[in-house]
Amino acid sequence: MVSIKISESKIKKIQEICKKFNNDEGELINILHTVQSEFGYLPAEVQEIIAKELKISVAKIYGIVTFYSFFTMTPKGEHPISVCLGTACYVRGAEKVLDEFKKQLNIKIGESTSDGKFSINCLRCVGACGLAPVVMIGDKTYGRVAPEQVKEILEEYK
Amino acid sequence: MEQIKIKIDGKEVAVDKGLTILEAAKKANINIPTLCYMKLDDFNIENKPGGCRICVVDVKGRKNLAPACATECGDGMEVQTSNVRVLNARKTVMELILSDHPFDCLVCAKNGKCDLQKMAQDLGIREIHYKGEQSIYRKDTSPSIIRDVDKCIMCRRCETMCNTVQTVGALSAVNRGFMAVVAPAFEQDLVKSTCTYCGQCVAVCPTGALTEVDDTNKVIRALANPEKVVVVQTAPAVRAALGEEFGLEPGTLVTGKLVAALRRLGFNYVFDTDFAADLTIMEEGSELLDRLTRYLGGDKSVRLPILTSCCPAWVNFFEEYYPDLLDVPSTAKSPQQMFGAIAKSYLAQKLNIDREKMVVVSIMPCLAKKYECQRDEFKVNGNPDVDYAISTRELAALIKQANINFTELPDEEFDLPLGESTGAGVIFGTTGGVIEAACRTAYELHTGKKLDKIDFTQLRGLENLRIAEVDFNGLTLKIGIAHGLGNARKLLDQVRDGSIQLHAIEVMACPGGCIGGGGQPYHHGNIEIIQKRAKAIYQEDVNKPIRKSHENPAIIELYEKFLGKPLSEKSHHLLHTHYFSKENEIIINEE
Repeated sequence: MVSIKISESKIKKIQEICKKFNNDEGELINILHTVQSEFGYLPAEVQEIIAKELKISVAKIYGIVTFYSFFTMTPKGEHPISVCLGTACYVRGAEKVLDEFKKQLNIKIGESTSDGKFSINCLRCVGACGLAPVVMIGDKTYGRVAPEQVKEILEEYK
Repeated sequence: MEQIKIKIDGKEVAVDKGLTILEAAKKANINIPTLCYMKLDDFNIENKPGGCRICVVDVKGRKNLAPACATECGDGMEVQTSNVRVLNARKTVMELILSDHPFDCLVCAKNGKCDLQKMAQDLGIREIHYKGEQSIYRKDTSPSIIRDVDKCIMCRRCETMCNTVQTVGALSAVNRGFMAVVAPAFEQDLVKSTCTYCGQCVAVCPTGALTEVDDTNKVIRALANPEKVVVVQTAPAVRAALGEEFGLEPGTLVTGKLVAALRRLGFNYVFDTDFAADLTIMEEGSELLDRLTRYLGGDKSVRLPILTSCCPAWVNFFEEYYPDLLDVPSTAKSPQQMFGAIAKSYLAQKLNIDREKMVVVSIMPCLAKKYECQRDEFKVNGNPDVDYAISTRELAALIKQANINFTELPDEEFDLPLGESTGAGVIFGTTGGVIEAACRTAYELHTGKKLDKIDFTQLRGLENLRIAEVDFNGLTLKIGIAHGLGNARKLLDQVRDGSIQLHAIEVMACPGGCIGGGGQPYHHGNIEIIQKRAKAIYQEDVNKPIRKSHENPAIIELYEKFLGKPLSEKSHHLLHTHYFSKENEIIINEE
């Protein structure tokens, strides 16, 4: 037995989303997408409620959440930074760019800044290899990013 | 069925379309080694992730090697199962698996029974050419099961058992790539998961990643303590399987040798859980009749069907998933716990000792029994009715440690009075047995007539879900039987929504019942072993001079001298229990 602490409004929202997908187990990934876009992340209690609604095991949901790098159990920043580490970006120096973001913000991959403004994540290929190395902040894409530009890019959001 | 022809190692075989290469090879008596693959035919259990790649074969005209377990036969296909290319690939695959496996075989609980170890030996692995990173994970210990994930090879058999077969959903593959493990939700400990401790994950784990908690040292210490009177009880299914640990044919009954071995281990009294099974029938059978009579008399407050409550994993399961139906199961304790309660009251009184001086050990085919005997409601002032529950496998280990030549032992008899039992008690070990035993007694108590035929064959069999009718002298009882928790769920869902009307339901959590329990000698995916054990159980029943629980003289005496009658106040106090909801609790907080 587990005690799940969660607000009523969150439960209602999750129930609403699950219902939109007919509480269908086959729609689990779509449901997780929608719930994450609603709350920003998928903490344990949210997964518990989804499991209850879909009548599936929470272990299974956790398995899927941890399998896909898109899903996250920690809250993302207001401006989530995604650094592409796909092959093309990697060989053109994406790691140095990533290191510079980590240094500037003083956080590790998967973490958020204490003011909640920025978070850093890595991803594999956004399909813009011609622009490598590629960085995304929110929905905005930056191409051919050099480590020296990082500070400047961050200024846009401060 | 359309037939196709396929050539395996030069041998032409005609097979049904749709068969895999592995199945076709089996038909042709050609053995293709497998590791992650597992199939228990009659139970519809199959694990086929095609993940380990040990079963690869060379298919003519195909560029890469094909996994035999997951590749369908094609007409005219030519397959080689052991050419140089195949053998080299298998060795490479094996070395890669072993490169991320601890090298502590000599002190591993699975030493000598490990499928991985056997495969390494069969493939002639003498060196591992790949030195890479090893995944390290913390050990997780619960009352029944230990998870040592470092030894996991991601075969996913446990996941299949836990999710598809048992529908318990405690385990899932989590994370990805090198970091992937099989774990409960949020990688918490098993105790915080929905685990029922049925132990079916342990029963099918090819390595030492999932094993039982080893309580043998506690038993050895109790036996060595001159202050203690150590009493042992053995469950029905143990006698039909223990012999396998000593090289005897599956299905060999070793009741007499089992008693002899326990005596030589130093137990002061060697008793039989079958006695407690007879007692369970008296209580549970009376409860069934009581509910039935009241129901037929128009009392609408009576809940039917009555569910058996002998199986602790089943109890955990309904406490987790059916908290709204907690008043449906019989309140009768399991035979293990009835035995403990009677041993530490009636027997302790007879021997004139305090209950604290007595240690009750049970030998069980089951891992959930370890959890069950630790439940608070089965303790008196902190002293448990049953102190330790060890599995059939653990008993075999104890016998080996004590240098007892098991197969040469004489046949000996159980001690009295708690060793006296009937055929009805014995069949508790197999699916359908508990309800058959209950019918034998309930029929005679209800009708006042002797049964013409003691065997209720309509209740027997290994089909996953069975519905049978039993005639109680004009009153037709409808009985449901499920083994495997997934099958139990199907039945219970129908009870919950009212789509099925039954009078009684028997559930055993493990496929086949206790004979296929999580604490039994490993069957390594061979279902014939379980079938042979079932046969042995029914043979033992036929061998017994008394085959109905209410005719057990020791039971009659127990009621006369101690309990009064079934469902009496004393019986309720000692032999009945209640259930708790294990459903998650949702605490609403404001943002």
